[in-house]
Amino acid sequence: MPHDHHDHLSPSGHPYRADDDTPLSYWQTMEIAVRELLVEKNVTTPEEINAQIDKMDARSPAIGAAVVARAWVDPDFKQRLLKDGSAASLEMGFDVGPMHLIAVENTQDTHNIIVCTLCSCYPRNLLGLPPDWYKSRAYRSRTVKEPRKVLSEFGVTLGENVTVRVHDSTADMRYVVLPARPKDTDGLSEAELASLVTRDSMIGTGVARNPST
Amino acid sequence: MNIKKNGHRWHDMGGQDAGAVPQNQHDFSLWEKRVDALMIVASSKGYFTVDGLRRSLEDMGEYAFENMSYYERWIASINQNLIESGTYTLEELGAKMAQVQKRGETYGEANLG
Repeated sequence: MPHDHHDHLSPSGHPYRADDDTPLSYWQTMEIAVRELLVEKNVTTPEEINAQIDKMDARSPAIGAAVVARAWVDPDFKQRLLKDGSAASLEMGFDVGPMHLIAVENTQDTHNIIVCTLCSCYPRNLLGLPPDWYKSRAYRSRTVKEPRKVLSEFGVTLGENVTVRVHDSTADMRYVVLPARPKDTDGLSEAELASLVTRDSMIGTGVARNPST
Repeated sequence: MNIKKNGHRWHDMGGQDAGAVPQNQHDFSLWEKRVDALMIVASSKGYFTVDGLRRSLEDMGEYAFENMSYYERWIASINQNLIESGTYTLEELGAKMAQVQKRGETYGEANLG
């Protein structure tokens, strides 16, 4: 792990952690033992585990951002995305697996936010692994009770006239927010638009960036 | 003991009072990524189901949530499910963990791959 990246984010969008040179823990011991037993029992191979890690590492909010930008420029695609998020993502080559993906659209008068009150269900195939706060007791408990207050902690202040919809995910059903397209972006390319789409804007704890900021 | 006053189990947190949302984050260690990969690979091959993973996590109770990290709970649940499905035995696990521990003081030293 590089030592000069304290102010930078890893490819998954998380800050780098301190090096793991702590003593071997009980649970790390179990992970090594389980993995080796599964290889010995011909359940998997070290190559297969590495390939799965590479696959997960390659997933980042950039994938979700590409889907959002396509929906912004192509009204037919947007309709298909809102009708069946899994099928529309697959059209772009992003397989979200067996779970149902439901895209919910932010408009002038509706703001959507996603949570998993039971655990950590998240559109991981479009956004990568969830940030730690998404799995925290505070976010899971309060988002369904006082979403506006939670949103204000993320710097999102909504007018009284804006309806807030909270979507609680399950293992089989994942949500992703289709953020509202920022103003004054008419001349931008699809790729330029995608660069305005943040991870948090697709969770609903943020909004898409304005091109001038 | 794992049932709250409102009749919900401990993991069913929606609507409770809690403090500010913590904003500190970390990227994932190699061992955590491996736990994630073990879950995807073994469940996709039918050795257990996502529901089985969830059931075991939910049965752990609140103490585990407060005192273990996310992927610590996951490897405990994966292991529980694999033993239940007869993929390997508790004895095999115990022997393997003892063997792993003897290899060295750190994760890097104990890991052969």
